[in-house]
Amino acid sequence: MLKNTDVQFGLVSTYVHWLSAIMVFSLFAVGFWMVDLNYYSEWYKTAPYYHKAFGLTLFFITLFRICWKLINVSPKELGNNKLEHKLAKVAHLALYGLLLLIMFSGYLISTADGRGIELFSIVTIPSMGELFPNQEDLAGEIHEIAAYTIIAMVVLHIGAALKHHFVDKDATLKRMTKFK
Amino acid sequence: MKKMTLTLVGLLALTASQFATAADYVLDTKGAHAFINFKASHLGYSWLTGRFNTFDGKFSYDAKNVGATQITVNIDATSIDSNHAERDKHLRSDDFLSTDKFPTAKFVSTKVTDKGEGKIEVKGDFTLHGVTKNITIDATKIGEGKDPWGGYRAGFAGTTTIDVADYDFKASWAGKIQLELLIEGIKQ
Repeated sequence: MLKNTDVQFGLVSTYVHWLSAIMVFSLFAVGFWMVDLNYYSEWYKTAPYYHKAFGLTLFFITLFRICWKLINVSPKELGNNKLEHKLAKVAHLALYGLLLLIMFSGYLISTADGRGIELFSIVTIPSMGELFPNQEDLAGEIHEIAAYTIIAMVVLHIGAALKHHFVDKDATLKRMTKFK
Repeated sequence: MKKMTLTLVGLLALTASQFATAADYVLDTKGAHAFINFKASHLGYSWLTGRFNTFDGKFSYDAKNVGATQITVNIDATSIDSNHAERDKHLRSDDFLSTDKFPTAKFVSTKVTDKGEGKIEVKGDFTLHGVTKNITIDATKIGEGKDPWGGYRAGFAGTTTIDVADYDFKASWAGKIQLELLIEGIKQ
């Protein structure tokens, strides 16, 4: 089943979720590692190149994901803890918001001088020019802080999923792990 | 009439005193007739150039007494511009200039020597990344004279080479950097 139902995430949502998860971890790890690369490292140029290309890819995936979420039903919350439902909603919104913030700020670092970003060798995503002074520095700060914040949110997200699975013993995690 | 004569005498005295001491000049950064450029080797294969866009400075100069020349230049380190935002961000970061901690660079002359034929040796303290080193700038006087707008200008060009190793940068990049100062001062 491709689409979501009231009780289960569909295949599209599930695969996109886990693909995003893998990409977020990978992009964070590569980003964390590449900023301290030695100038003479063979990865000095290639790591940022792939970081940007995969970051852009994740951006397009996320745009699709948000559209898909908007035209689909979402499974209903489990349990009766209204506060928990509300917190979950806020946390999920924060994850989406942080994702977009990280990707947009990353884009602003590399495009501050009018240069575009290469999406592999397929196409160059054009710059919007310098939108505000010290753009590369300010966007860089935001990119870094937001990246650490999303990892903290992801830890919370995983913790919450495991709590549902092991403590509440409900189907929250199972609803996101049906791959066929 | 008497008052006017006195004023004239006063003016003459002022002018005379200006001849006696070196004139003060302010770098024409407003009209951007002064430049601080740098040049670094890229892998030993080519040159990379850039500049500091924001700085100010002043100097005193008297063609008859070059040795009395004094120069001060304050550079806004955050204004480094190598025509590549990502690289400039890196140059401002903790790997290089750490402009958060050291937002300004500074040059203050300590000894100026007339080498003849318009050649001037300028020794001075150069502060970059919080480290002060005495450097020598080989300068040349380009010219001086009245400008078409009622002012008086004097211009110089100077070069020096610094070793990044002297300035405690964290970056793995190592090498020498040539600094080029092209300055024009307007007499005050």
